[in-house]
Amino acid sequence: MAPRKRMAMHNHAAEASLFKRRAIFTFICVVVLLCILFTNLYQLQILSYTDYETRSNDNRIRVVPVAPSRGLIYDRHGQLLAENQPFFSLELIPEKVTDVASTLDALNEVIEISNDERENLLEALKYHRRFKPITVKNRLTEEQVAAFSVNQHRFPGFSIDAGLKRHYPYNGLMTHVLGYVGRINNRDQAALQSAGLWKNYAATNDIGKQGIEKFYENLLHGTPGHLEEEVNNRGRTIRTLKSVAPIPGQDIHLTLDLQLQKKAMELLDGRRGSIVAIDPRDGGILAMVSSPTYDPNQFVHGISSKAYGELLNSRSRPLINRSTQGQYAPASTVKPHMALLGLEDKVVTAKTRVWDPGFWQIPNVDHKYRDWKRWGHGWVDVNGALVHSCDTYFYDLAYKTGIDKMSHFMLQFGFGERTGVDIFEESAGIMPSREWKRAKYNQPWYIGDTISVGIGQGYWTTTPLQLANSTAILANNGQRFVPHLLKSVENDTTKVDTLIDEMPPLELKDPRNWEIINSAMKDTAHKSRFVDAGYTAAMKTGTAQVFTVAEDEKYDADTIDEHLRDNALIIAYAPYESPKIVLAVVLENAGWGGANAGPVARALLDEYILRDESPTVTAGAPNNDRP
Amino acid sequence: MTAHSYRPNIWQRLHIDLPLLLGILALMCFGLFVIYSAGGEDIALMERQLVRIGLSLAIMLFVAQINPEVFRRWAFPIYIAGIVLLLGVHFFGEINKGARRWLNLGFMEFQPSELIKLAFPITMAWYISKFPLPPKKRYLAGAGVLLLVPTLLIAKQPDLGTSILVAASGIFVLFLSGMSWAIVGSFVGGVLAMLPVLWFFLMHDYQRTRVLTLLDPEKDPLGAGYHIIQSKIAIGSGGLWGKGWLDGTQSQLEFLPERHTDFIFAVIGEEFGLIGSLLLLALYLYVIGRGLVIATRAQTSFARLLAGSITLTFFVYIFVNIGMVSGILPVVGVPLPLISYGGTSMLTLMTGFGILMSIHTHRRFVDR
Repeated sequence: MAPRKRMAMHNHAAEASLFKRRAIFTFICVVVLLCILFTNLYQLQILSYTDYETRSNDNRIRVVPVAPSRGLIYDRHGQLLAENQPFFSLELIPEKVTDVASTLDALNEVIEISNDERENLLEALKYHRRFKPITVKNRLTEEQVAAFSVNQHRFPGFSIDAGLKRHYPYNGLMTHVLGYVGRINNRDQAALQSAGLWKNYAATNDIGKQGIEKFYENLLHGTPGHLEEEVNNRGRTIRTLKSVAPIPGQDIHLTLDLQLQKKAMELLDGRRGSIVAIDPRDGGILAMVSSPTYDPNQFVHGISSKAYGELLNSRSRPLINRSTQGQYAPASTVKPHMALLGLEDKVVTAKTRVWDPGFWQIPNVDHKYRDWKRWGHGWVDVNGALVHSCDTYFYDLAYKTGIDKMSHFMLQFGFGERTGVDIFEESAGIMPSREWKRAKYNQPWYIGDTISVGIGQGYWTTTPLQLANSTAILANNGQRFVPHLLKSVENDTTKVDTLIDEMPPLELKDPRNWEIINSAMKDTAHKSRFVDAGYTAAMKTGTAQVFTVAEDEKYDADTIDEHLRDNALIIAYAPYESPKIVLAVVLENAGWGGANAGPVARALLDEYILRDESPTVTAGAPNNDRP
Repeated sequence: MTAHSYRPNIWQRLHIDLPLLLGILALMCFGLFVIYSAGGEDIALMERQLVRIGLSLAIMLFVAQINPEVFRRWAFPIYIAGIVLLLGVHFFGEINKGARRWLNLGFMEFQPSELIKLAFPITMAWYISKFPLPPKKRYLAGAGVLLLVPTLLIAKQPDLGTSILVAASGIFVLFLSGMSWAIVGSFVGGVLAMLPVLWFFLMHDYQRTRVLTLLDPEKDPLGAGYHIIQSKIAIGSGGLWGKGWLDGTQSQLEFLPERHTDFIFAVIGEEFGLIGSLLLLALYLYVIGRGLVIATRAQTSFARLLAGSITLTFFVYIFVNIGMVSGILPVVGVPLPLISYGGTSMLTLMTGFGILMSIHTHRRFVDR
């Protein structure tokens, strides 16, 4: 082999032409392969251009939502009830601080950093992106902000972040009306998502949790704006490309009268109970107090579980809105309504007299239904029965009317149904009926049940708001409104009054019956509590048994447990001729209605009717003068 | 070449092929612009690259002065030395990023595989051109041994990119030598048959991952697929005209990894668009064309095969790099020639171009 190899001769011309052919072939291959590369580039850059352009922008553009500022809440005279306060927190950018621990030591001489705050920060730093601000301390006081600001040069990487937080300047005064805002939790998120509103909350931390704050969340919240920021691969902001300002939430004005609200709270004086005052001319709620109350501001900043536990477990149930959720037997406060039914149903006339020996018996039954006055009131007509709150008269009336008519008639006064007031925390109360008892207890209705309901006891329960509303219907001779808290909404700079939700009036077969009842209530007022009032008023008191006293037992407030003592109630309105205010007062376990709730009603009406007529007070509101 | 002048002009006396040099300089200038943008306008980076360019031009000029005969004579001993050094790397090499590629010579780090990249095609050309062409089948066994030893040693480091380049440079010599189509066909068949063996026995897990990632980069968008996804986004979002120099968001905002080295083509695609990419491909085609012209005009089989192999290897760089960056080939560490930031590959490439120029300018113009 080897020798032959050496003998082999090179044919240079042939080799050159062979090479040339191969070179041309490879060059063609090169061109073809470059075409493949080009085709692929054409596919990427021309055919799929929009797709990749979008993905490139998704990479680099971050949309940062900007929270709108929450609408403010005012009372009817423009007093600020809920505001947004600047809120300062101390933040640090981890990558700008080399030794966090020693810097915190130095910082501690300027602003006190508690051990908890220190530990929380050091723990959080482990999981935090290095260029993103992290909170060191929340809720700085203005002194702390000032102290830090003059020393800021010593702490590079630390800065003060300012935001807005809800603040309720009157603290617990109307917690149950205004409610409060709190951190958006999972439930809120789910609700917003199902309502399709979640995207509006991208930058928002807090949401209305109760009361007006919750009911008018959509008005108050506003529309978020956004910043389009260009970011690099580590998420650091390079520059802002575009900014769209948020639209602040709308300011709203409530029908509440701050001064009256304050007075009502003062009159309750920490006792358990509720006061609701309504302007009967439009159903606007002037005051709505539930006592005891609590400070809503602690919920804004996140209430401690200990403090929350105390509120939750307190025997006096401060978290309940007694005005709309408290269910009380209306007792004698519904005697005017019952009397009206009797007149309307012609069971009695204005002149019908009933003998009251101090008790009443169902015909042929031994059981005695006692009047509150052991020895009786003697002969009473409807006026007397209301003025003296004669139980016997109403036992008889109820017996003669029957539960079906009572139940149907009282429904028209709003008993047993939610009034539709503009807060979510509302109970319907119970206006009992045969069907209701069958459904609830699977028991037939007994005559005895009817007798108890006839004096506003038994199964009948009502909320103070329902009671006030039913009184407004009486005072209005049947004109009905949905009681409400929202008076007007500010659009840009103009205030737009909300439409008043008027319901079809309650019409009587004989409208003269209104006057019989109302004048009896006026007599009730002016023969007792309002005898020396400088204006005309109408009222009816009530004393509701919480505890059933046996037939022959004597109720003695001093010997029974406080929680079993009678509830004191009163309904009242003034001026009699053209009512401007209607109110219902319930004092839990206070005893006699006249003696305990009476002074509260008197003081409140004095406050409202006799107060110096300031020019802003319901100017121009129509008066529906009594015929 | 009508002149057949015996009075060589200034370029011939400097042993420079001007058309090739202009193509190379055009690519390098283009590269500098792109590196300025991709490197975040880093002047120090530019200075280092300029020094490399200067150094590699000097080396090219120096190599061009050497008569191709010298390469032919020294090819095999240098090849043997290269193999020894590769073995040295295998046993004593520095480990860097999980691969054993470098020899620490005390004063500098040295990559013997770069030496092989140069020595191997020369050796192959030397070996094949000893025989009349086309080569007989029986000479192919020797060629196979010459090819397999360095290829496997480099693949073992592991450095798949370089071993592909080395193997390709040898295969080009064989193909250009006029190896029969039957052998070419059976070789291609053999390589295809080897693929499963390669997949199951020879490839590392990370290499298998790269291939799988190529097929479906979206499967692991933040892990293995990240490079290729970001690179395709950069190229695709460039569109026809590109986002403009220094305005590529993928590169300027650092979404694109390795943007001034292996993935620099994505920056070109993003900032200069399809037009810019096309311009680059045209420049490359021009340089390749010129290289093949030099090869066909060479006077000996050795020179022809060597020049052809160097030129086509240059193309392999281009194809593998752009194919990988635009998502049609798996990720292997091959830079974009004359453009990517980095020294070693540029020195090797420019030495190759020096050899081309040497071949072209040392022809004897005698009437035949």
